[in-house]
Amino acid sequence: MTDYKKISMDGLWNNNPATVQILGLCPLLAVSGSVVNAMGLGLATMLVLAGSNFAVSLIRHFVTPAVRLPAFVMIIAALVTVIEMLMQALTFELYEILGIFIPLIVTNCAVLGRADAFASKNAPLPAVLDGLMMGAGFLFVLLLLGAMREALGQGTLFSNMQLLFGPMAENWQITLIADYRGFLLAILPPGAFIGLGLIIAGKNVIDKRLKDAAKRREAAEPKTSRRVRTTGTVT
Amino acid sequence: MSLITVTSPHTTGQRNHTGAFMRQVIYATIPGVAVLTWLFGWGTLFNLIIAVPAALIAEAAVLKARGRDVRFALSDWSAVLTAVLLAIAIPPTSPWWLIVIGIVAAIVVAKQLYGGLGMNPFNPAMVGYVVLLISFPLEMTRWIAPHEAPSWFDSFRMVLASANVDAITGATPLDSLRTWAGNAEQLASQPILHGSFAGAGWEWVNLAFLLGGIYLLARKIISWHIPVGMLAGMALIALPFWLADDVRYASPLFHLFSGAAMFGAFFIATDPVSAATSRYGRLIYGALIGVLVWVIRSNGGYPDAVAFAVLLMNMAAPTIDYYTQPRSYGHRKAKRGASR
Repeated sequence: MTDYKKISMDGLWNNNPATVQILGLCPLLAVSGSVVNAMGLGLATMLVLAGSNFAVSLIRHFVTPAVRLPAFVMIIAALVTVIEMLMQALTFELYEILGIFIPLIVTNCAVLGRADAFASKNAPLPAVLDGLMMGAGFLFVLLLLGAMREALGQGTLFSNMQLLFGPMAENWQITLIADYRGFLLAILPPGAFIGLGLIIAGKNVIDKRLKDAAKRREAAEPKTSRRVRTTGTVT
Repeated sequence: MSLITVTSPHTTGQRNHTGAFMRQVIYATIPGVAVLTWLFGWGTLFNLIIAVPAALIAEAAVLKARGRDVRFALSDWSAVLTAVLLAIAIPPTSPWWLIVIGIVAAIVVAKQLYGGLGMNPFNPAMVGYVVLLISFPLEMTRWIAPHEAPSWFDSFRMVLASANVDAITGATPLDSLRTWAGNAEQLASQPILHGSFAGAGWEWVNLAFLLGGIYLLARKIISWHIPVGMLAGMALIALPFWLADDVRYASPLFHLFSGAAMFGAFFIATDPVSAATSRYGRLIYGALIGVLVWVIRSNGGYPDAVAFAVLLMNMAAPTIDYYTQPRSYGHRKAKRGASR
């Protein structure tokens, strides 16, 4: 019996590729300068993860362990090429902005890692779910980082969303602070490292709070049976 | 037998607590601050007035969040010293928010997030300075021409209302050198490059900080190894290049009395927490800072290099300490690390 809830929670929170496994940092740090970049690359990575997990799971009985890694990489590379061409066709400007980081999804350790650690040992349905949830966890962190850096760096949120969603997103931009001078550090690479560090720290704080709360609840619960003293006298 | 080791920060005696040392360093900046005020107006003093309370508030807030003893940690004067050093380093025309952002970066990020005083691998004041320099290059490179000091009211307006001061800004000696290096005619016609013995105005700033540094040496607050190492390293690498091509490269004397050279050598690089600790280590640490300052000044795009050089060498300090551990009494050679 596969535990779908556990797979989902692992991908989104407990074993999040970005904050717990610390995988795929290169795209995570390089293209998280704005929400639209983060969302473009996050969605692409999520699709590749789900697709590669599905394909790897289908062929898991026919590939011998000795040649599994080249086979997985071929599958991932093929999928990334498909996604790259799709983005070139549908969202050309975003494709140009993200540039080398779209083909570099092939080298995202999270993709190969899930293919080898999960998809090659599980049935297609859980494998797809795992890919989707891992991808969603990655997308979530990318979006958070992108929003933090865009808000701090430019004083806006959701600028240029039309690159991804077409003309209907022209006026989605929220200007947080008018005449903002810009905080270059947030846009530059150090801002990405500091931002990711703060996100990981935040996640650890939340985990600790949850753990402490659970412990307190356990301690506060009245014991159902009381031990009866059987020897000696109570004074 | 003396039980006092060379590594910092061990002190003896009742009055030699951390706060007393920090206060001595603050007193030693007085000549430098005075000359800065004489040359560039009241801006430096306004910087100080904003920076010190901001640092104390930031420090107290983080200490409270970390559940530490706020009064005890504030009484060591380290936050005040960081604020003073940062306020001196940034231009006197800086708006108030620039100072506050720098203080938050220095105290909250560089100092307290790493564990507070004694735990920070990087010099907090220089982290604050570099954060500001790469985030707000325009404001951070806007220096007034020396002796063109605005009135105290104009300084006040610049600090609080970010009033426009373009009319009186001027290139610093290092800026003009970078712009005109290789062009002999222009170099000869830039008045800022020809002061009494080095860059105009800035020579006196550096001389004043040298004076403060000598006071620190005399009071044994700092040892001579780092400042001497840094100044010697800077002069020794500048000398051959200057002799070979004095149109492209400035003289050692010019480098020693430009920008933040003396301030960096005596007040920044000597931070006992983030510097190397053994005697040889300190010499090497200082010398490499000096070399890096010259390299970045001669090839880089930023107004000065002391902050970058110090931060880079902060990263190298543990390695330098590892290889320069003094021989302990009774052993033939120093043990290195736990691996042996």
